[in-house]
Amino acid sequence: MIELKNVSKSFPTAEGQLHALTDVSLTIGDGEVYGIVGMSGAGKSTLVRCVNLLERPTSGQVLIDGADLCAMPPRELIAQRRSISMIFQQFNLLMQRTCLKNICFPMEIAHVKRADAEKRARELLEVVGLPDKADAYPAQLSGGQKQRVAIARSLACDPKILLCDEATSALDPKTTRDILRLIRDINRRLGITVVVITHEMAVVEEICTHVAILDHGRVMETGTVEQVFSNPRTEAGRRLVYPDGVVIDQLPAANVIRIAFNGGSSYEPLIASLAIDCGVKVNILGADTRNVNGQAFGTMLLGLPEDPAEAAKAAAYIKNQPNVTMEEVRDYHG
Amino acid sequence: MAEWIISFFHITDPELVKDIAEQVPYLLNNLAFAAWETVYSTVLATLFAYLIGLPLGVLLVAGAADGVRPLPSPLMKALNVVINLLRSVPFLILMVVVFPLARVIVGTSIGTNASIVPLTIAAFPFVARLVEGSLREMDRGTVEAAQAMGCTPFQIIWKVVLPESLPSLLTGFTTAFITILGYGAMSGAIGGGGLGNMALNRGHTRGMRIVLYVAVIALVVLVQIFQSIGTHLAVRVDKRVTDRGAGRGARKKRRAQVEQERRMGPPGPM
Repeated sequence: MIELKNVSKSFPTAEGQLHALTDVSLTIGDGEVYGIVGMSGAGKSTLVRCVNLLERPTSGQVLIDGADLCAMPPRELIAQRRSISMIFQQFNLLMQRTCLKNICFPMEIAHVKRADAEKRARELLEVVGLPDKADAYPAQLSGGQKQRVAIARSLACDPKILLCDEATSALDPKTTRDILRLIRDINRRLGITVVVITHEMAVVEEICTHVAILDHGRVMETGTVEQVFSNPRTEAGRRLVYPDGVVIDQLPAANVIRIAFNGGSSYEPLIASLAIDCGVKVNILGADTRNVNGQAFGTMLLGLPEDPAEAAKAAAYIKNQPNVTMEEVRDYHG
Repeated sequence: MAEWIISFFHITDPELVKDIAEQVPYLLNNLAFAAWETVYSTVLATLFAYLIGLPLGVLLVAGAADGVRPLPSPLMKALNVVINLLRSVPFLILMVVVFPLARVIVGTSIGTNASIVPLTIAAFPFVARLVEGSLREMDRGTVEAAQAMGCTPFQIIWKVVLPESLPSLLTGFTTAFITILGYGAMSGAIGGGGLGNMALNRGHTRGMRIVLYVAVIALVVLVQIFQSIGTHLAVRVDKRVTDRGAGRGARKKRRAQVEQERRMGPPGPM
């Protein structure tokens, strides 16, 4: 389990202190695929670097299975880092070593016998689907292949945790999907906890079980992907989940509610049955649906009738539907 | 031999004819040995300069505030000042000052062996800067990845930074070798041996032009040979360009790039 407790990190700059992270607390359970999303400059990369202490937090605690990394002497920290591996946007392979030797590298520094290391490296090349690239140099590989080698390298020392820092951001959409599938397979087969840093919501939808939304160095909301995506509770969350979605400023004045379909029910004809069963006509102001792990999650902005009685009737009807949640939109301008 | 040269080039200038007749036997007897002395002193001085300069260069990068093992900043500042001081002393003056030291170290202050001492002392700060430059080209992300894997600072330097910088280090090595060869020739002026001594003392001071020309041509040939070997090796060991992956065109391009780096590289005094 990874626990961040009140982690803050600031950097001194010419214009004074830059607060990259402010009072961040997160708990990431074993075996989860935890997404940390945010816009550029939200502090995602700094946050993930606090998990293996590449960045030392200015204050707060980083606990891995209860042990505080910040309080560890350097030698213990180095040992601990071997159980937390990391992959990067730019792959960061050793360009002067073959793929096989790249995968051997973490075992080499952990003093694994050379023959054993090479045997394991070849197994890992199989796992990532590049058995014939053992003697190739990274310069001879495509981006996706390089990331596969980096993933094989990250698995070499049987880590408990895999940190992915924008691992697919330099790849094309198809390769991105392949790499994400590989990461999900690894999570499921080996039970490794995965922390995914990304600015792309599609990545979170594809593989994450849980998500935290980071904005200006603060965690705005956390929860399962289903919870957060079907019903983002904060402005930062909505901005990420529906990037070019509903701009409330542009809506006409009316009683506006937001309803969220929490999986499964989005194929029920809710609006039609509302009209038939209650005789209330509502106005659809905006809608968006996304597919998360095979389930449909959607939100809809509805303009209720001006008449309070009719509006209440419609609201009551919607509230009684299974798998649908409703909230009034208050932050709304005519 | 001398007659053959005179007739082959139709040389009529009586002074030059006399020169050639007198000096060609001398050159035939001594040129090879002088060239050997030059290569010998250059190789040894370069070796010693790297023995001191390579660790210093590593220290300059690793010990910097953003390095893998930051050292106290007053120490780093002092180190930088000392290196700059040594580099700013003109080589001839350094040589005059240091030759007495050669008596202590190699037992004589004259000849090829003695010249290795001032050459080493003049070259190691230069080598430290060359190494520093090569290591600073290293990609930060790769170092970060190594840190994330739990490398100690020593492992990062020994297993990541130095091997990854090898092509650039080799290019720098070639530059250092040729610069030291040039300074070695200069040391001929005050007691060093080799081609420089031959060109300056017999060729220039005693006015035997043919000796001067031949010695200088021999130096030029040596420089060309070592530069070609160095460039070839730097390209050869670099796995960022590979025959299979990129083909000969890329290799040629890389060679041009190495040449370019050499020309743009640290010029001026050592």
